[in-house]
Parts: sequence; C-alpha cells; structure tokens
Amino acid sequence: MDTVVLARAFFGTSLGFHIIFATLGVGLPLMIVIAEIIHQVKGDNDYAIMAKRWTKAFAVLLGVAIPSGTIVGVQLSLLWPGFMEIVGKVISLPFQIEIFAFFLEALFMSIYVYAADRLPRYFRLISVFFVALGAVASAILISAVNTWMNTPDGFKIKPDGTIYDVSPWDAFFNPSFLSSSFHVAITAYMTGAFAVASVAAFKLLKKRPERERAYHLKGLFMSLTVALLMSFVSAVSGHHSAQILHQHSPEKLAAAEGLFETQRYAPLAIGGYTDPKTEEVKYGIEIPWALSWLAAGKFDTEVKGLYEFPRETWPPFYVHTLFNLMVGIGTLLLGLAAVALAYWWFFVKRKGKQFPKWLLWSLVLSGPLSMLGIEFGWVFSCSGRQPWTIYRVQTTAEAATKNEDLGVLFLLFLGLYALLSVLTVLILTAYFKRNPVSKDMEKLQS
Amino acid sequence: MSEEVLAILMMWTFIFIYSIFGSIDFGSGFWAMIYNNHKTMAGRIANRFLSPTWEITNTFLVLLVVAFVGFFPKGAYTLGTVMLVPVSLILFLLAIRSAFMVFSYSVQGYRRTMFIISGISGLLIPSLLIAVLPISQGGFIAVDGDTQSLLLSKLLTSPTLYLYVLFGLTSELYLSSLFLADYARVSKKEDAYRLYRSNAILLGPLTLLAALFTLLFITPESRWLIDNLMDQKIWFILSLVAFLIAYFSLWWPKQNRPGIGRPRLTLLATVLQYGLASVGYGLAHLPYIVYPDLTIYEAFTAPETFYSLMIMYIVGLAILAPGFYIFWRLFLKDKRYLQQE
Repeated sequence: MDTVVLARAFFGTSLGFHIIFATLGVGLPLMIVIAEIIHQVKGDNDYAIMAKRWTKAFAVLLGVAIPSGTIVGVQLSLLWPGFMEIVGKVISLPFQIEIFAFFLEALFMSIYVYAADRLPRYFRLISVFFVALGAVASAILISAVNTWMNTPDGFKIKPDGTIYDVSPWDAFFNPSFLSSSFHVAITAYMTGAFAVASVAAFKLLKKRPERERAYHLKGLFMSLTVALLMSFVSAVSGHHSAQILHQHSPEKLAAAEGLFETQRYAPLAIGGYTDPKTEEVKYGIEIPWALSWLAAGKFDTEVKGLYEFPRETWPPFYVHTLFNLMVGIGTLLLGLAAVALAYWWFFVKRKGKQFPKWLLWSLVLSGPLSMLGIEFGWVFSCSGRQPWTIYRVQTTAEAATKNEDLGVLFLLFLGLYALLSVLTVLILTAYFKRNPVSKDMEKLQS
Repeated sequence: MSEEVLAILMMWTFIFIYSIFGSIDFGSGFWAMIYNNHKTMAGRIANRFLSPTWEITNTFLVLLVVAFVGFFPKGAYTLGTVMLVPVSLILFLLAIRSAFMVFSYSVQGYRRTMFIISGISGLLIPSLLIAVLPISQGGFIAVDGDTQSLLLSKLLTSPTLYLYVLFGLTSELYLSSLFLADYARVSKKEDAYRLYRSNAILLGPLTLLAALFTLLFITPESRWLIDNLMDQKIWFILSLVAFLIAYFSLWWPKQNRPGIGRPRLTLLATVLQYGLASVGYGLAHLPYIVYPDLTIYEAFTAPETFYSLMIMYIVGLAILAPGFYIFWRLFLKDKRYLQQE
C-alpha cells in the first residue's frame, strides 16, 4: 500500500472506532436527561433507576470515547500535516470552541459521577444537562470542520498555496454546516435511542417477573418514542443535506446516484451497483423523475452527471452503495419504530398482549443497524469527497504525511482498538451481570 | 507586542499550566501505584485526587495540540511530520491509561491492573512528552528538500535526551509529592503528609542537579540556546530564590499548631519557581519553534484567525470559570470528600 492509502486506512479506522463511542456519548446523555426529567415530573422511581444504569454504561463508554477522541484529534496533525496547516489558518475556531465543550462535559461528568451523593437533586439534573450539552456541542463543532472540508469557505488561496483574506466565521458557517451538523447530532440521538431500545427489547425476550417486565417496557416505550421522532427529523435533514450536495458538491451527488449524463427529469436509482465498465447502475430500481425532484423540489431540475467533470476528480463508484445503505437503514428504522409503537399502542397497552418475538428481535437489531448507518454515512461523506481532502483546494495526496513508518503504527493501533472493544464489552457485561436491575429496585425500596 | 509574540506567550502559558497539572496527574498515578495499600493511606489520597481530575487534565493536553495548530499551523506541520512515532506512542499509552482509569471504577477486579498501568504510564508518557524540547533545540531533524524527518537513532543515543527525561521525571515526582503533601494536609492525614514531604525533601535538590546536568551536556547544535540562556540569567536567579523559599518552608512550623512545614506555601513557591524558569527558557528559545528551520514568524496563523481565537479564549474561559470553581470546591476543598476513610 502506498503511504496515502495507508494514511487513509489508518485514519479511517481510528475515526470509525471513535464514532461508535462518540455517537453513544452524544445519544445516551439525552436519554439520561429525559429519564431524569420524567422521574422528577412523575415521581416514578423506575426512571431514576434507568438514569442511574445508563449513566454507568455511559461512563464506561466515555472511558474509550475520550482517549479515542484524543487519538483522532492528534492523529489529524500526524497523518495529515498538510491539511492541518490550512485548517490552522482557516478553520481552527470550531476546534478550539470544541475544547471548551469538552471541558464542560468532563467537568460536569466528574461532578455527576463522583459528587452525586453530595449534591441536591436539582443540581444533579443540571450536571447531567451540561454533560449532554457539552457532548452534542462537541459533535456539532467537530462536524463543522468536516462540513468545511466538503464546502470550503471563508478564505482565498493563491496558486502557490498562500492563504489570504481569511474570515474564520464564514469558514465556520460554511454552506453545509447547519444542515450536516444538525444531521450528525440528530442521528446520534437516534442511535442512542435505538441502542437503549435494543437492550430493552433483548431483556423482554426472556420471561421475567412482572415488575421487571414493566420496567423494561417503560424503557422500550420511551426510547422508541425518541427514536421515532429522531428518525423522522434525520430523514428530513438528510434530504436537506442531499439538496446541499446538489448545489455545492454535484460530483458527489452524481456518484451517490450513479448518474453519468447531465439531465432534467433525472431518475433516482435505488440499489444495484455502479458498473465501472458500462458506466451505469446495474440491478437498481429506477424511479423516473425522482432525483430531480429530490435535488431541488422540481421535476425539471437539471442534475449534473459525472461526465460533466474531469475523470480524475470523480469520486469512487462504491459511494453509490454506501449512500443507499445509509438511506436504506434510516428508512427501515423509521418504519420499524413506527410499527413497534403502533403495536404497543393497539396491542400491548390496550389489550395487554406481549410483543411478538419477531418484532423484539428486529428491535434488538435496531441499535447496531443505526450505528452501521452512521458509519456508512461517514464513509460516504469522506469517500465521496475524494480525490479531495478540502474540496477543490487540496487533494488527499497533498494533505498526507510523507512519513513512511505508518505500517507498524497502524498494526499497533488496530491491536489497541481490538483490545479496547473486547474490554468494553467484558466490563459492561460483568458490571450489569453483577448489578441486575432487580438489585437496584431492592436498593430503592430499602 | 507583536501578534506572533502574543501567540507564543499564550502557547507557553498553556504549556506551563499543563506541565504543572500533567506532572501532578501522572505523578499521582505513580505514587498511587507505589503506595497501593500503604498504611498511611498515601496511595488512596493520590487516587482520590486522580479519579475526578484526570479527565480534565487530559482535556488540557488536547487543548495544547489544538491551540498549537490554531496559532502556529506551520509548526503543527513540522512537528506533526517529525513527531509521528513518539506522539503515536504517547497516544497509545494515554488510551490504555484512560480506559483503565474508567474501567477500574466500574469493576473492582481491574483496580490492581489499573494501578500498575497508570503508575508505569505515569513515568513513560511524561518522558516521551519532554522529548519535544531537545528536538525543538536543533540537531535531530534531517531536512531533505521539503521533507523533514526525525533522526531517531541519533536522538536515542544522545545523552541530552536522557538528561531531559531525568529532569522531567524528577520534576514530575517533586511537584506531585508537594501537591499530594498539601492535599494530605488538607485531608488531615498527617502520616501521608509526612511521607510525601520526605519524598519532596529528597527530590528537590535532585531536580536542580538534573537541570544543571542537562545544560552542561547539551548537544553542540544547541549551543545557541546556552548563549541565549546566559542573557536571561535574572529569571533563573529569581527562580532559584523561589526554590529556596519553597524548600525551606517545608521546615517552617505551623502557626499555633503542632506539625512541621507549610505545604501550601511550598507548592505555590515551587509553581512560581518553575514559572520564572519557564519565562527565562521561553525568552531564550525565541524566535524559534524548531531551531533552525522554523520561527514563530514563519509558523504564524492568519491574523484574522488569531484574533477570533483570542476572543474565543476569553469568552470560553469566562463561561467555564464557574464550572471550574464548583469543581475545585467539590474535589479539592470539600471536607466530606477529602476526609472520607
């Protein structure tokens, strides 16, 4: 592998690993805040137990989210020194504000975890609120840098690479910032909710005492409600992001849809794959006119095809598959949450029936699926920008390190990520096995 | 003051703050390992401090990197290129340490492993971190056209590196001993206080010796620095005075109470000592970030970015100040936390 490919593989792995923990690190605090609020409003202790147990899981995940985030942050400078030189000049602002969000989260997380017994109740709620705020702010701010890579703004560059006329706030609020960062935050909430739903559904698969069943049903209902809402909003915001692609990164949209000829009344290709030989999408379902309509809300919108652009600036063809997987998973989960909630309303609540096994098993899969959707989305966003690191400003080859010692380090970090993954699973299962929910319920009664 | 100088002043301030807190953080990890199950509770006190604070200290390390990229992007380019291997090792160790800190809090079985990992990495990480100083002083970077690379074997066989490491480690252990002595005093654990105090009495002179030897055995490529340091003598004399005040206040009797030493005064005077020395070193290092290839003027960011960063630092710190205050009250002052058994 050459150094650039190796640097991409290395950084992609670090990021892909971090995203799992970072996403749950944004999603879970929201669930904790909601549970704390319901508990304070309704006085139902089950919600206090939920908040407590989710906090425990969140704290363990944070133990990996923090160091993996540190790794990603520092590896940017190690693997992409050329990129960071421009970043430093133009878009360091969100990075820096992110540090403050990070401080906010770390300060109040310590307070919430280590000082909870010394704090009045309302202050615990404030602490966990700040933790959630810090987490989502971090996600939005970091995404700001990524959106700027896709739609760079706020500077001018001379042919020799000198940067001038910098306006940091314009770079920050670049054209895709609001829509994409919002999408990142909402899908993290969606994934956090589905992750909780997965666990609750899994617990409902086995026969349990009525008291515990009721507890898990509350958790499932609450998480599905959040999941449905967030899935819907993320579909809408995803649609908006696609329209921004149409305006600002037409190659990316063309590659995502496998569209080669520029045309009005462009069809939407669902599924299949882009065949590099014949330059068309094979085995896909074509919906006439739909792409034009999605791109700008009108059927006669002209959508640019790949032939419009020089061949060496085409994104890889596989982004069509990634895009379909992301959208497909999002749509599927939206439907699943709706079906499950409808079932709950008509059969579980009114008729006292149990959830059928197939539905519970589907719900168990929903959390991992949602996470996969996020991973596909990130790979799509970054591969779809290739060959650029900063769209039409800097290529990935120019950004990458010239250092050739990457191979061994890559293996070292692969080992680290494997180790941390295994340990996280072991620790979570060990802890929750030793502290089952029944134990928390007893503790509360005594 | 020019923009570049203001930026490097900010940078040095951050580095200084982190080096103090980082020393205390990693040093506490080391002492917690050494005094695990010690009858004076010295280990438990170190750990009590570490549990809620390491995350904040870690955030500060990220702040250093981000501030450096923002203020001196070209510096990030150079150091990012040449420091790939050492920094990757730091990241690796840091990840294992952080993970185990959190894991051990959830599952008791991991406590022993955590003490060992955090204790050993508490020595290794600072040793790797301080390697950036000799590298920045010149002689360890090969330039070939426009690619730069670290002369790793030259660095590893150079006595300068090891003397820096020695200076870094003795300072880390000295500072953390002083801090924990004070923390033990506030926690009313007189035995633990005495233990940390005697560590500090031993380590104090060693830090000075290590500093002296580091300067004596400096590489020929770093001669320029010695000449510049000579011009900054006054800062080092003041620093020495601060050291003497700090050191001798370890024997200064408490007012109206039995017990010996004023750890709070010692700690503050020692921070002042390192502060003054850092000013002297920082001034002597100007204008270079990496000698002789990179100065602060070449590495500086876009001026517009610099100003918006400065404003955001002020705004951000103002917003966070109450959070830090509450944190300090809860974990460094609250008797319910400090004096639990």
